[in-house]
Amino acid sequence: MTTGLLYLSGVTTLELDQPACIGCGRCLEVCPHGVFALAAKKAAIVVRDRCMECGACARNCPVTALTVKAGVGCASAIIHGWLTGEEPSCDCGGSSC
Amino acid sequence: MPEVLTETDRLPAETGLSGSEPAGACCPPRPACLPAALTGERPGLRVWPFVSDWLETPAGTVPQVATRLAVRDSFGRWQMRWGLGRRRYRIPPGLYAVGTPHDGSPVLVTANYKLSFDALRCRLAGLHLWILVLETEGINVWCAAGKGTFGTTEVVRQVRGTALERVVSHRVLVLPQLGAPGVAAHLVERQTGFRVIYGPVRAADVAVFLAAGMKATPAMRRVTFTLGERLVLTPVELTGMARQIGWSCLGLLAIGALGPQFFHPAAALLRGGLAIAVGLTGVVAGAVLTPILLPWLPGRAFAVKGAELGAMLAVVGLLLARGTLGFWNGAALLLALPAVASWCAMNFTGSTTYTSPSGVEKEMRRAIPFQGGALLIAAVAWVFGGFVGG
Repeated sequence: MTTGLLYLSGVTTLELDQPACIGCGRCLEVCPHGVFALAAKKAAIVVRDRCMECGACARNCPVTALTVKAGVGCASAIIHGWLTGEEPSCDCGGSSC
Repeated sequence: MPEVLTETDRLPAETGLSGSEPAGACCPPRPACLPAALTGERPGLRVWPFVSDWLETPAGTVPQVATRLAVRDSFGRWQMRWGLGRRRYRIPPGLYAVGTPHDGSPVLVTANYKLSFDALRCRLAGLHLWILVLETEGINVWCAAGKGTFGTTEVVRQVRGTALERVVSHRVLVLPQLGAPGVAAHLVERQTGFRVIYGPVRAADVAVFLAAGMKATPAMRRVTFTLGERLVLTPVELTGMARQIGWSCLGLLAIGALGPQFFHPAAALLRGGLAIAVGLTGVVAGAVLTPILLPWLPGRAFAVKGAELGAMLAVVGLLLARGTLGFWNGAALLLALPAVASWCAMNFTGSTTYTSPSGVEKEMRRAIPFQGGALLIAAVAWVFGGFVGG
């Protein structure tokens, strides 16, 4: 059961360095959108376009085989980032986080 | 429901140690200050209404919390949903007890946003366990994890600060899965000796998860975005924009007076009022209706979904006006309403459970020129319409 909703395809910055993967399965445990599966003791990205770049998998990968440019997906934070050159954050006065 | 009483109203006889009655006046549940607090001798401090009793542990006294929400909790939740006083809705971090846990009972970790804490404790009736509350400055688990305040450092700090290793004999922490963006499980284990198991996304699944030997089903691991989940987010979308809306209304009234109607206040007000109605319709279309109708609006970009809905409403408006608007005013309506709805819908991306920052940035780069252009042309057409009488 996932959210049946899909966002833009082909945008995620998620990358998996499969040779480095030790197959611990932590990414399967933390991903809120079922992006990963485990096959032959290696993680694999199975539904890439469901990735929302929350960063949970990369943060919890003990061998840093996963990278993703995680961040805040709120429009006002992104505009604030454009204007100030800083990384978008919820501290911009945006209301939703 | 216990009343809020001041320190002087409630002294030793009623400091919440009776067990049956929730206490109304004493001390925030911090092990460090409890001995004095237990005798009610901490002027200016009072016990939180959700504390039902106190438990002695090898690491000090720990407050036991109720698993039933009181009326005030529901009222507080309603306030949060409308964005009223959100910055003050936090509870003290530290260790809490549910039921009568022992040294083998599980430890659940959560954020100190009271809404998160309430959502968790009200699902734990009949269970005996510990809750370790992190200092996330009153922010929910997922957002705080994104910021890093629900993070490795804070988990380690609270585990050490509460002397958790003296309270429990096992070495397992159950973290909410949505805390994972901020916490590196392997680093917590390295620094504290506590192994991290990520529990389910929703507090409603915690009891089943625990009963199953800390095993989560795939469904428990998935974030949803149901109609109800979308609906509760919409009031705060509106209240968050209140200031912008107010200034925009004043601006529209001022621009509405430009033209021959400047000398006819009633006509100027009517023009401004109609423009405000169009603007507010756009806001509701983008910030309320688009979230509700999300799965059924064609397209994936929120700016597109909002624009579609705005365009539909603009056409309806045009039909209702039956040609009384004139060409230029009609054109302004057809452009402005979709633009406003599109912008407001795009802003909702920050509240969803499935949009990626890269995607949001991409759609913003594409949509903002159209939204801005449409608004600009609409403004010119509208003002021109004021001069030519249509």
